[in-house]
Amino acid sequence: MSLTRAWGRTTGKRGPLLVSTLGAPGAPRQAAEEPLAVLEVHGLTKTYTVGRVGHQRTVQAMTSVDLTLAPGRVLGLVGESGSGKTTFVRTVAYLERPAAGEIRVLGRALPRHPSQRRLREHRAQVQMIFQDPYTSLDPLHTVRYSVARPLRSFDVVPRRALAGAVDDLLEQVGLVPPAEFLRRYPYQLSGGQRQRVGIARALAAQPALLLADEPTSMLDVSIRLSIMNLLLDLQRSRSLSMVFVTHDLAGASYMSDTIAIMYAGHLVEMGPASEVMGSPRHPYTQLLREAAPDPDKHFGASRRFDARGDPPDLTNLPSGCPFAPRCPHVRPECRAELPQWRAVSPSQKVRCALY
Amino acid sequence: MAAAAPATSTGPATASTPLLEIFGLTVGYGWEGRPMSTVVRGVDLSVGAGEVVGIAGESGCGKTTLALAATGLLDPPGQVLSGSVRFCGRDLLALSQRELRTVHLSEISMVFQASMNVLNPVMRIRDQFLDAMKAHGVEDRDGAVARAKEMFDLVKVPRRFFEAFPHQLSGGMRQRTVIALALVLRPQLLVLDEPTTALDVVVQRSILEMLDELRNELGFGVVFITHDLSLLVEIADRITIMYAGLAVEQAPARQLYEGPRHPYSQALMRAFPPLGGERRRLEGIAGQPPDLRQLPPGCSFQPRCPRAIAGTCEVVAPPLVRFEAEHWAVCHLYDRVDDHPNVTDQGLGEDHGEKGATVG
Amino acid sequence: MRAFFSNRLAMAGLAILVFFGLVALLAPVIAPYSPTDINFTPFLPISSQHWLGTTSQGNDVFSQLVYGARASLMVGLATAAIISVVQLAMGIFSGYVGGWVDNVLNTITNIFLVVPALVLLIILAAYLPGKGLGVIIAILAATGWAWGARVLRAQAISLRDRPFVEAARMAGESRWRIVLVHIVPNMFGVLVANFFGAALYAVLAEAGLEFLGLGNINDVTWGVMLYWGENTNAMLLGQWLFLLLPGLCILLLGTAFGLLNFAVDQVANPRLRRN
Repeated sequence: MSLTRAWGRTTGKRGPLLVSTLGAPGAPRQAAEEPLAVLEVHGLTKTYTVGRVGHQRTVQAMTSVDLTLAPGRVLGLVGESGSGKTTFVRTVAYLERPAAGEIRVLGRALPRHPSQRRLREHRAQVQMIFQDPYTSLDPLHTVRYSVARPLRSFDVVPRRALAGAVDDLLEQVGLVPPAEFLRRYPYQLSGGQRQRVGIARALAAQPALLLADEPTSMLDVSIRLSIMNLLLDLQRSRSLSMVFVTHDLAGASYMSDTIAIMYAGHLVEMGPASEVMGSPRHPYTQLLREAAPDPDKHFGASRRFDARGDPPDLTNLPSGCPFAPRCPHVRPECRAELPQWRAVSPSQKVRCALY
Repeated sequence: MAAAAPATSTGPATASTPLLEIFGLTVGYGWEGRPMSTVVRGVDLSVGAGEVVGIAGESGCGKTTLALAATGLLDPPGQVLSGSVRFCGRDLLALSQRELRTVHLSEISMVFQASMNVLNPVMRIRDQFLDAMKAHGVEDRDGAVARAKEMFDLVKVPRRFFEAFPHQLSGGMRQRTVIALALVLRPQLLVLDEPTTALDVVVQRSILEMLDELRNELGFGVVFITHDLSLLVEIADRITIMYAGLAVEQAPARQLYEGPRHPYSQALMRAFPPLGGERRRLEGIAGQPPDLRQLPPGCSFQPRCPRAIAGTCEVVAPPLVRFEAEHWAVCHLYDRVDDHPNVTDQGLGEDHGEKGATVG
Repeated sequence: MRAFFSNRLAMAGLAILVFFGLVALLAPVIAPYSPTDINFTPFLPISSQHWLGTTSQGNDVFSQLVYGARASLMVGLATAAIISVVQLAMGIFSGYVGGWVDNVLNTITNIFLVVPALVLLIILAAYLPGKGLGVIIAILAATGWAWGARVLRAQAISLRDRPFVEAARMAGESRWRIVLVHIVPNMFGVLVANFFGAALYAVLAEAGLEFLGLGNINDVTWGVMLYWGENTNAMLLGQWLFLLLPGLCILLLGTAFGLLNFAVDQVANPRLRRN
């Protein structure tokens, strides 16, 4: 499989794009013959307590997220630090326990307190690629160990086929020849190579869903694209669903079919990548777009940029829309209660009172 | 300032004297028993008053070492092997530690990546300002406080944080505070090394805006070092691209953006997905940056270069080729003057530490 | 591993340890007499028959020194081994498992930390029935585990949240596997350093207890030699040799463990190395 095969896409039409329509009045219901969603999340909420006894505060890391992901689709989850995007994937991976809400993978709901066995079944379907290649591999274990472990744990191949399967995976992530990498330790690998091992490890379980938590943000610029392209190729060839978490709007645009924007633990806008990028509706999305480097648009001319305040304090969120304190178009009803989802097009929806 | 500047001071830069001039700077790191690793190789750079010069490159290209060496902040095992640095006409590398301390903060200031952690966690912000100013001879305490508060306002941090401890500020505010500290003595040159990389994009943009306003108001020159070329294109006047310790291309920002000449610059430009427009597949750069202890002969970029000329690039060091005013690149592709009408003249490659350069 | 063997501190410490180890092993061969043989005239000076003279009770000093190495080494290593096991268990259960288990174990650790070890040691040694090396090992272990347990707990906590441990969870590894294969190996440096630290503590504390007469005064150990020396006023009588020599041996053995402790620390944490 050539990683440099030319591959173009036009915007838009790619077959049924499932977007959650729960809670939006008047929207059409899911058709019965459409494929089963790989991931369905309802009202997912996560909170933490910080501080010493007596001075404790609650961090609302993620509030009531509803999301659906169709098979073979890439969802770009965009937000700044504190937006809840990492919390989201960690909760779906069940590295953190949700405070409320439901997670369904391939139709099966994950129980409140899953047994070890149930958790293992979940992990056979949902795998994660970690952000920091320098700490996500055990420094004391070889590449071979890291990639073979999930093959063993999830009984993907019989014992005697193990070596072949490991070689195969290493080839697929571009670590060729595999023999050269099998016995290496992480310190003998570059950042990009380590991340490839991380990807191989995630693929070993043969999951239906890949959660990529900012997989390129700690890599050099010239390596980022190759990793992103690798992920896209693998996703395509295996029809994987992927959630690609990033703070970089341009990266999300490159990788994703659908983009979802998060702010202060809430999902605020969601739609096809081209639409969200082309016509961002939510004031926060617009702010993000303005802030991002864009030489095409902003060459030379100094631009007026107003961040309008500070990032939200997750222990002290205002009632109503969390973006209200910074919003240039704020109205009284924004502070009163959290806006409902409004559909601005058949596939794009916004959680904003303006629409 | 009560502390006297060295007697050889020639004062602020004029239109004709650049603020900072780096000539052929070569810097290496040497540990006992191991061969010297040359991290910066014969780099030339100049910064004028009020100008923003960007240095772009990936990790390991030597940009941070370049900045440290050029501001006299390089510690062993790093050492300057050859070249010179002139600040307002003065030889910076010849200054003693004491003289350098006078120059730092009052004439040249440096802000590092994640500088927010440079603030002393057990001292109030106000005291850190006063400390720094006192060390540079500002005796009048009230005057110092007033100036510090003024700076605080300029960086748009609410005054109530002036009396606070660093941990009570957010990351973005801390970075602004560090910038304020760097500017409080009104230096002529500000060197920033990845000042916004650890920050969110919205905060980053606000800080860059603020820097721009300050520059317009206070008139200092800026050296901005980052790996984020798309950002640099927006904010810099001129950009230098570094690879494996060499400056491989330099041009005014617009020219670099519209017509990069060096294959590495071209690849780097393409490595950033565009924010808008049609989605097309982009290609990264194959391979790894070279090991600086074992550089290949000829062009350092050749092993990864999609346009390498077999027989030439891997053997012979590329020459410096000048295009229009202030735009040059170090590459063999433009060896023949007649092939490229834009090429105005060719220089020899020896400025850049490589022997055996040819003129095409 | 290589870094360890090229470390000068490590080599020095190892050399001393090996030296004493050999002496202890080959004691019957090296010592000219039985160490408990008191048939000799006390306080004899250095001679060809008694290379280092005799003690106040009439034992051959050299033989006692040689056999004493066995006791010190055994106490040092055995105590360190027990302490290390306890510390590891505490650290893992407390740090990795967390929750209420952590609260309980941590409180216990803190209690042991707060009680002054020296006082406790003396009291235990004085009032426990039975004397001798076994008892000493037991009480040294009981008073010496707390500090290292806290360190290991901190390490376990920090490791628990590392991405590669989370990745192991995602890869379907069971809790026990993760502890055995990922957590403990990554704590190895601290573990080994703690081992040598504990051995150092044990050697010195044992000598201290015996010097105070709280050990079995009929045992052949360096500490007991010191006891006899002190009790029979060897100093005043000018017989300083057999006070000095056991002390020197204790010092050397302790230093060996100390050096190894530093060396392992340096090797495990590259930032401590001086180039």
